Amino acid sequence: MTLQRRAVLKLSGAVGALGLAGCAASMVGTPDKARVLVVGGGFGGATAAKYVRLFSERKIDVVLVEPDAEFVSCPLSNLVLGGSREISELTRPYTTLTKPHGVTVVKDRVARIDPVQRIATLDSGASIRYDKLVLSPGVEMIWEPVAGLREASTQGRVLQAWKAGPETLALRRQLEAMPEGGVFAIVVPEAPYRCPPGPYERACVVAAYFKAAKPRAKVLILDANEDVTSKGALFRRVWADQYRGMVEYRPQHKAVAVDAARNSVKFEIQDDVRADVLNVLPPMRAGAIAVQTGLANTNARWCGVNYLNFESAVAPHIHVIGDALLAAPAMPKSGHMANSQAKVVAAAIVAELNGWEINPAPMLTNTCYSFVDERRVIHVASVHEYVAAEKTFKTVAGSGGLSPAPSELEGGYAMDWARTIWADMLA
Amino acid sequence: MKACLSPPWWFVIVAGAWAGAALAEPADVQALRVKSLAATCAQCHGTAGQPLADADVPGLVGLQASYIVEQMKAFRSGTRTATVMQQLAKGFSDAQVAQIAAYFAAQPR
Repeated sequence: MTLQRRAVLKLSGAVGALGLAGCAASMVGTPDKARVLVVGGGFGGATAAKYVRLFSERKIDVVLVEPDAEFVSCPLSNLVLGGSREISELTRPYTTLTKPHGVTVVKDRVARIDPVQRIATLDSGASIRYDKLVLSPGVEMIWEPVAGLREASTQGRVLQAWKAGPETLALRRQLEAMPEGGVFAIVVPEAPYRCPPGPYERACVVAAYFKAAKPRAKVLILDANEDVTSKGALFRRVWADQYRGMVEYRPQHKAVAVDAARNSVKFEIQDDVRADVLNVLPPMRAGAIAVQTGLANTNARWCGVNYLNFESAVAPHIHVIGDALLAAPAMPKSGHMANSQAKVVAAAIVAELNGWEINPAPMLTNTCYSFVDERRVIHVASVHEYVAAEKTFKTVAGSGGLSPAPSELEGGYAMDWARTIWADMLA
Repeated sequence: MKACLSPPWWFVIVAGAWAGAALAEPADVQALRVKSLAATCAQCHGTAGQPLADADVPGLVGLQASYIVEQMKAFRSGTRTATVMQQLAKGFSDAQVAQIAAYFAAQPR
C-alpha cells in the first residue's frame, strides 16, 4: 500500500491533559500514515470511522471527535416516549471503536475547521491536522421562523426531543403528567427534515400509550406539509383503524409562533391551536459546524457534495455525510442512509489515499422501520445507484417498496435491525 | 560477452518489482470495491455478514456462493417470500450479486 499523503498531528498540551498523550506520541511517531478525521459520532460518523479502519486494513489513522460520552440512538427513541423501552436499551459505548478497531476517540467538540490548512481546532484548544475530513454533524434547529420557540425550548416548556437523550426523557415526563383528557400536539416542519416518518411514528406510539393509560386523551398532528411525507397511506390507515377518534391529522399547518404561557401555537394561515403538551419541530439545517465552515451552500441549509465520493462542493478533502447533506432524489435523512453513505466515503477515501481510481458505481441501501405501537411495525426500503451521466444517486427502477400492513414479524426485524446496525457502526 | 546474454541483475529486480506492483494493485482496487458493495448488506446482516448471536435475521458469512445467488433469484422472482428482501434484491444486478456471494462465501465463520 503506497499512501500518498503524509500527516502530522499537531497537538497542544490540552490533549495531553485529556489523557491522549499516549495516542499523540504514537501518531507523531508514524508520520507516513495518512490521517482521517471524523467529526460527529452518529450513524454516519461512527460508521465512517470504523470502515476507514476496516477498508484500509488498519493502515490509515482515524480520529473521531464527538462531544457525547455515549451513542444514544434516535431510531427507537419514540418507544421511550411511548414508555415501552428504556433509553439505556438505546445506548452504546464508543469504546468498541478504540478496541478492537484502533480509532482514537476524542470526547470534545470541533470549534472550527480551516479547510485550506486542513486543521480542525477543538473546544479544548487542541488542533488536529487531517488528510481527509469526514463531517457528519447531523442537524440543528432553525429557531427564527417560529417566534418564541427558542426561549420556550430553553425553559423546557416546549420541547423538540429530535436528538435522543435527556429531552426524550423530559418529553416523556410531560406526557405522563398530562391530564387524563388532555391533548398532545406534534408540529411537523416543512420537508426536508431529519427522519421523515419520525413525527408520524411518534404520534402512533404516544397514542398507543394514551390508549392504555389516558383513553380520553388526543394526539394532534399539525403538519406544515401538504400531506404525510413518508409511509402516508400506511400511517393514515393506522390512524383511521387503530386510533380512530384519538389521532387527528391536519395538513398545511405551518407554525410561525408559540406562546408558552398559553400553551398555544400560531400558524401562517390556520387558527391557533392550544394543547396540554406541545412538541414543536422547527425547520432544520445542517449542523452548526457545517454552516459555520461555509459548507451549507444550498439556501444556507444543506451541504452540496459530489455524490460519487460525498466531497463538499465548496471545500476539497472534506466529505459530508448524513442528515446535513443536500439529498439526492428520494434519498431520506435517515440513520441507515448515513451508514450507507459512510461506507461509500470510507472506500473512496481509502482508494484516494492509495492513489487508486475511486469506485465509479457506488451503491446505497435504506431500510426504515416505524413502530405503530409497541410491537407492530411498517417499513420503507430502497436501493440507490450512482448514475454517472447525471452525477447523482437514483433509486434502482423496480426495487424497493413498503410493508403491506403493520406486523409483529416486522417488529422483531426492526429490533434486530437496530441492534445490528449499532454493532455495524460501533462494535 | 556474458553481459550480452543475460540482463543485468538490477534490471531483473526492478522489472520484477514493477510487475508485482502492477499485478497487485488492480486486485486490491477490485477487492475494496467488492467489500464496499457487500457492506450494503451489513446494516441488517452484520459487519462482513457476521450476525448477532440472538438475531432472527440470518448471517451471510460462510454461506455457499451458489446458495446466496439462488436465494437472491428466488427473492426477485417471488418464489421466496420476505418482508424486505424481495424489495432490496431487485436493486442489485446479477454481476453484483455474484460478487457479493463470492465475498461472503470467502469470509471465515
